[in-house]
Parts: sequence; structure tokens; C-alpha cells
Amino acid sequence: MLEVRDISKAFGGLKAVDHASLDVKQGEIVGLIGPNGAGKTTLFATIAGFHRPDAGTVAFDGKAITGLAPHRICAAGMVRTFQITQPFAGISVRENIMVGAYFRTADRHLAAREAETVAAMVGMDDQLDRRGADLTVAGRKRLELARALATGPRLLLLDEVMAGLNPTEIVEIVGVIKDIRAAGVTILLIEHVMQAVTSLAERVYVLNQGRMIAEGTPAAIAENPQVVEAYLGPGAAKVLRA
Amino acid sequence: MSRAALLCAAGLAAALVYPLLVPNYLVNIGMLVFFTAFIGQSWNIAGGFAGQTSFGHVVFFGTGAYTSTILQVTYGWNPWLAWPAATAMGGFVGWMIAVLSFRAGLRGSYFALITLAFAEVFRILANSVPFTKGGLGMLIKADQRPINFQFKDPIWIYYLALLLCLVSVVIAWHLTRSRFGARLVAIRENEDAARALGIDVFAEKVKVLTLSGAMCAAGGTFYAQKYLYIDPSIAFGVDKSVEMLLVSMVGGAGTIFGPLIGSFTLMGINEATRWLASVVPALKNVQPLSLIVYGIMLILIVARLPNGLMGLFRRGPARA
Repeated sequence: MLEVRDISKAFGGLKAVDHASLDVKQGEIVGLIGPNGAGKTTLFATIAGFHRPDAGTVAFDGKAITGLAPHRICAAGMVRTFQITQPFAGISVRENIMVGAYFRTADRHLAAREAETVAAMVGMDDQLDRRGADLTVAGRKRLELARALATGPRLLLLDEVMAGLNPTEIVEIVGVIKDIRAAGVTILLIEHVMQAVTSLAERVYVLNQGRMIAEGTPAAIAENPQVVEAYLGPGAAKVLRA
Repeated sequence: MSRAALLCAAGLAAALVYPLLVPNYLVNIGMLVFFTAFIGQSWNIAGGFAGQTSFGHVVFFGTGAYTSTILQVTYGWNPWLAWPAATAMGGFVGWMIAVLSFRAGLRGSYFALITLAFAEVFRILANSVPFTKGGLGMLIKADQRPINFQFKDPIWIYYLALLLCLVSVVIAWHLTRSRFGARLVAIRENEDAARALGIDVFAEKVKVLTLSGAMCAAGGTFYAQKYLYIDPSIAFGVDKSVEMLLVSMVGGAGTIFGPLIGSFTLMGINEATRWLASVVPALKNVQPLSLIVYGIMLILIVARLPNGLMGLFRRGPARA
């Protein structure tokens, strides 16, 4: 469904992403992990059209979408969320989600109904009239999810929807993400919360210093010495095994 | 009928009856209130709803005033025909400024400054090119017949201003209920999030500036027909830009009735201070007193009432 090939993106002298490739197949939940500053968000932004890559290609459903504007990529059926939540602060949750829903219909009533459906799906139906700015962190994360979902994507790019949540909230949102997948949406997620990655993702990619260093099941990744060292420093794998 | 609808109906009825009951001097003031609300609304649609703050909205006003006046005086058009042409020209200038600035990626205060620059360039051009008659300005021959868009009885120009104001309120009302309007608000609140949700931010911003420019230009023609004279500093002077921005901010930017309420308020202050200056000898030399009061008011509103006077009435999620 999504084929990312040899994407590179540099900011000034800093190579944020360096020949990274990944694949997502229809119906999967794929994780993208890596230490802070590994380039995960940059890779996401590049896939979703927010940055133009210096090199490499992105194909969605077999069609090249490299460097297209975000609204065109959204039209193709792929939407991203933001790690640092970006609610429309001055308007209500309902109106926030409606902005997403308007992507599929120009009709106000249909958009409002769609917003309510999506809100129920992410467990926000009791907060529809609250202002975007008045939400808790967990609420904002859900709102990111809901707005993106309301555009009717086939592939969702979720950027750390669990960061800053407490364990109960994480369990809840993991359930929400499972429901979304069950509804037929393919998901690629960046996540630091390993418990969530393990329980959600079938496959995991590991990015370190802009390069893709490993790919496999969550269990295999946790054993991979290169991955362990990426997180804990050189030599750590040997120490742990001893 | 809801309370809000009832209030609107009552307000409209009062506005319709008002000029029949008061002397011409007050009819004229009423006309100015609605006219200023109209051009204020043109600013509000771009600056308030879509968050594209402009410091140079007068560029559209002047474009409208000059286009219809030139067509009329130099080419002999009927002003009623020149009016839509002027409106279209204002839309074109809005489109052009939007394409140029937004292609260059200007946002926020940079965009505001570039509009100011455009207005100044237009003023200087109007001062120097031959077809505007330069600094002499242009005079429209007085011939007070309705066919000439000139009226003997000020009541007709009052009703026309009221009609313009109504149209602008309906446009703003429509924005609060349409997809286009929702997208504008999304762009105002967070441009990146709007882009992620499939909004073609560039296209929407160009659209709203075209609409806003066209409306404001229609106001320019109206003004020229009312006073029958324009020159570069009337048509492209910075004070008109400030006026449009001020009525919207005072009344409540991004609200349907903000510009109208702001226009009422400022006109009230204007008249009250003029009266005060005439009766209190100590204030006689403080000219114009109204500007000082405007200034204080703007500071208070920006600091205490970011939603303007409308913020006092508004319930629901939009309250800050």
C-alpha cells in the first residue's frame, strides 16, 4: 500500500533522514520506533508531503506521490497526525472534527453527523462542545486522531499519539486504534511506548540517526543487538546478555 | 423563531423606520454606520474569519472608487454599470495580492505589512499616473438622479448602505455555516493542521481575499458616488484601512455582527466626543478627541476582550 524508497532529507548540514525505506501493506499496523532525534517525525512529514525529500520516492497504492502537497496526499487517502498536538484551539471539538469531515462532504449536516460518529469511535462523544484549547493532553491526542479519521483515510500516520498519557489512557487509546484498524484503516505509527507497540504492531521498523537499522516483529526487534545499542549505547547488548 | 432571529428582525425594522423619523443629519450618520460596517465586514471576512490580517485593505476600497470613477468620468459609463466592474476589479486586485504574497509564503505580520505596502504603492501610483488625474483627484459631475447613482433625498443612500450592510452580514452568516467558512476558520486557527486535513490552504486564502477585495471595492464605488470626489489620499489613505480593522476588532473579529457593532460604537464615540469638545472649553484644542478614545478603547479590547464587544454576549465554546 505504501512504499517508501531511499528517502533522504537534510536540514542544512544535518541529515535528518538518510536513505530510509519502508513498506506498509493493506490492513497492517506497522510501528516506527527509534531514539529521540532519529528522524522519525521528519520521515513522516516527508511521506505526508510536508517536506519535499532531497532524494527517494514515496508511492501510495502504486502511484508516485513524492513531493505532492499535503491536501493531494490527503485526497489520495493518507492522513497524518501531529506529535505536538495542533488543535483548532478557538473552536469546539465538534467543529474541529467537522473540518476533517468536510473533506468528504460539503453538507454541513452530514459533516456534523460524521463528526459525532467519529467522536464516538475515539470516545469523545461527551466532549463535543468543549473548546479545543480546553482539552487535556489525552483529549488533544484523541482529537488529533478523530480529525484525521474524519477525512476518511485508508492509511493513517500516527505520530506518538500515546506520548504524555497515563497507563489507563494508553490502554484506552490502544483499544481505539485496534477498532480503527478493524474498521479497515491501515496504520503506520511512531511510538515510544513499547508496551503499546508490542501489543499493536505486527511489524516494526527501527530508525537511528536517519537510517533504517532493523525491521521485524516486535519480539525480534527487542532482541536485535543493533537496536539495543541504538537505545542504550555501544556495547550495551553484550552487557545485557552477560 | 429563536431569540437571535427575533432580535435581528427587530433591529432591521428599527433600521428601516429610523430615517423616516430623524433629521437628515442623523440619516447621514446612520448611512455612515452601515457603510463602515460594510467595508469593515469585508476586512472581517479575510482578517477575522480567515485570520489573514491586512493593514492595507484600503487598496481594494481605492481600486473600487477609482475604477468606477474613471469608467464614468473618462469613458462615460453609467455608474450602475461601472459598479460591478469596480467590484470585479477589486476582486482581481485581491486575487493578485493573495497569489503574490501567499506564493511567497508570507504569513501573519509579514502578510499584514505587505498589504500596507501595496496600499502605499497604489496611493503613489494614483498620485502620479495620468489617468487618475494625479493629486488633483477626480470629480464626478453632480446630476442628482437615481439613474446616475446620485440621490437628492439622503434616505435613498441610507437604504442603499443598509442593503450593502445586510448583504455583508448574510455573507458572514453563510460563512459560519458553510464548508468554505469552516476551512477559513481552520486556517486561522492552525495552518499546518488545516493542510494535514486536506485543505488546499493556498487556494482557500486566495479565494477569501478575492471575495474580500471585491466587497471592499464595491464600498469604494459607493463612497465615490456619495461624495462625488476622490483623490489618492482619500481613496488609498491609511486611515480607511485602520477604520475597517478597528470596527472589526472593537466589535469582534470573526463574528457575524462584529463590524456592525464596532461601527455603531465608534460612531457613537465619534459623535459624543465631538459634542463634548464643543461644550467643554478645555477640550476644544484636543483634536480630534475621538482618536484618543479609540486608542484607549483598542488597548482595552485587545487586553481584556479579545473577542471584541461580541465577546460580552457570546455563549458557548468560543468564549475565551
